[in-house]
Amino acid sequence: MNWKTFYALLARDGHVARRNLLPTLLQNLLQPLLFTFVFGKVMTTSGMMPAAYKSMLLPGVMAISMVLAGVQAVAMPLITEFQFTREIEDRLLAPIEIGWLAVEKIVAGMIQAMVAGLVVIPAAWLIMGSGVRLDFGKPFEFLLVALLVALFSSAGGLALGCSVGQTQIGLMFSLVVAPMMMFGCAYYPWSALESFPILHMAVLVNPLVYASEGLRGALVPQVPHMNTLVVIGALAAIDLGLLYLGLKKFHQKAVS
Amino acid sequence: MGIGIRIENLRKVYDAPPPMAGGGAGFSFAAVRPASKEKSPRKFELVALDGVSFEIRAGEVFGLLGPNGAGKSTTIGVLTTRTQPTSGRAFIGEYDVWRQQVQAKRLIGVVPQRPNLDFALTAREILTFHGAYFGQGARVRARRADELLEKFKLTDRATHMVRTFSGGMMQRLSIARAMMHDPEVLFLDEPSAGLDPQTRLLLWEIVRDYNRLGKTIVLTTHYMDEADTLCDRLAIIDHGRIISQGTPAELKATIPGGYLLRLRFDRVTEELLVDLKKLPGVTEVRSADQAFVDVYADRGGPLIGPIVNTAQAAGFELRDVHIAEPSLETLFLHHTGRSLRD
Ligand SMILES: Nc1ncnc2c1ncn2[C@@H]1O[C@H](COP(=O)(O)OP(=O)(O)OP(=O)(O)O)[C@@H](O)[C@H]1O
Ligand SMILES: [Mg+2]
Repeated sequence: MNWKTFYALLARDGHVARRNLLPTLLQNLLQPLLFTFVFGKVMTTSGMMPAAYKSMLLPGVMAISMVLAGVQAVAMPLITEFQFTREIEDRLLAPIEIGWLAVEKIVAGMIQAMVAGLVVIPAAWLIMGSGVRLDFGKPFEFLLVALLVALFSSAGGLALGCSVGQTQIGLMFSLVVAPMMMFGCAYYPWSALESFPILHMAVLVNPLVYASEGLRGALVPQVPHMNTLVVIGALAAIDLGLLYLGLKKFHQKAVS
Repeated sequence: MGIGIRIENLRKVYDAPPPMAGGGAGFSFAAVRPASKEKSPRKFELVALDGVSFEIRAGEVFGLLGPNGAGKSTTIGVLTTRTQPTSGRAFIGEYDVWRQQVQAKRLIGVVPQRPNLDFALTAREILTFHGAYFGQGARVRARRADELLEKFKLTDRATHMVRTFSGGMMQRLSIARAMMHDPEVLFLDEPSAGLDPQTRLLLWEIVRDYNRLGKTIVLTTHYMDEADTLCDRLAIIDHGRIISQGTPAELKATIPGGYLLRLRFDRVTEELLVDLKKLPGVTEVRSADQAFVDVYADRGGPLIGPIVNTAQAAGFELRDVHIAEPSLETLFLHHTGRSLRD
């Protein structure tokens, strides 16, 4: 392991991300924030939704923003860089093990996911106005869940970026990411699905469920949410699985 | 000092077509598509290298010569950690390229056949970040980047994004990048493809200068003059095998006669070949197919008259003549029966 090289690779990704800061933020935050405005502001103010919905919604919106940010930050550049031009080759030739380059990509993605998550809290709060009741009484639990969510998103982005070609990105987003967001318990708590027993169990394969429920447990414990230990266990297992898959795929892609 | 290179019995069998062949590279998320499930009737198997061994001495300019698909880029790929050999070993200095990748990567600079520049960066950033990957400090990076931009005449485009560059400019930047960290061994895969004549001369100059510092240089090329003037030693590769190697002069000396006359007749018979063989100065006569005859001889033009006479006397019509002077092109033809550009 070679820290100088690792840091330089990270600096390169940071440099590129800063250059694209505004479009990236818009891409990852616009949709969740519009949802926040419609359901958290319009519907609650007009009385069609209870005011308590605001507090329930915020962690879900945060989960979605983090996952979108992490996945896109890692997957999108990888897909282009592994294309015909093989732009990634100069970094594969840097004096560091190939696996560490993948790890660097994951770390860069996690940082971007954390930034997105931290930007979305005040933004959503501002949009929804009074009535959001966040509880920062469990900072370590919050941090741990947020880090696990960030790792899930960027390791997922790595696996995705090394598996999908440029032509299938659009399909991927409409077929996998869109349903994942709707059935990710971001806009409603998991307990709301109790009246749909099959769906209630089926959504458990969706990692976003644990992300939303975990952040809910950490930020708005007054709202019904999944047991935190279950969430942490599930996220850790998913993270390890995706990490393994992503690193394996990356190695396959990197060497001919 | 200087770093040598050794390749031992290298084999590379590709078991999948190149990733970009046939549009999108297959949807293969998760382990849903095991190779065993879709055992296609004809399994893809392409032998790109078939037992290649050679040695490159420290501080020499070594050329790999061969037609398209011969295995030149694959050889470079193996030597630069980018391609995993199926069997055999490759060493840069004392490091086994596949097992000690990081150490090997520290010693080498690579100019790939297709420029693979980091499109998210400007020209100057490409150089400075490359320096940073190799642990150069900020001041060294900045100085070397400016020097190289100047050397490759890219200073006025230094702050432009490289996606706006022309092909030749990308190629120049790609060479500059490979030299950025001052590697002991420089690999250049067809470095002059796409360069204008002046830039080619500039490149030769730069390669020679770099070599004078004691650096080892490995290049592949299609250009005879390039191989001839630049390389200390050459290996000719075809169908994944080394067919011949030595200094340009040694290799040329192996061609019987030196001159090659490619003749085309209306038809070719055994007696015509025998008659041609009897002409003065002719060392070897080969018939490539129905109409072509290759004559190796110690003279070129002066032989045309006698050939025409012989043909007329025997009732054949000479339709075309091509005289090749002693060169690597002739050499290549001699060894493979094919022209370099076939
Ligand atoms: N990644 C790959 N996957 C599958 N086959 C490949 C791959 N790369 C090269 N090949 C095949 O291996 C053979 C040797 O290719 P290589 O690129 O080494 O040739 P080359 O001598 O560099 O040719 P050129 O002069 O065209 O650059 C070719 O038949 C080619 O199709
Ligand atoms: Mg090639």
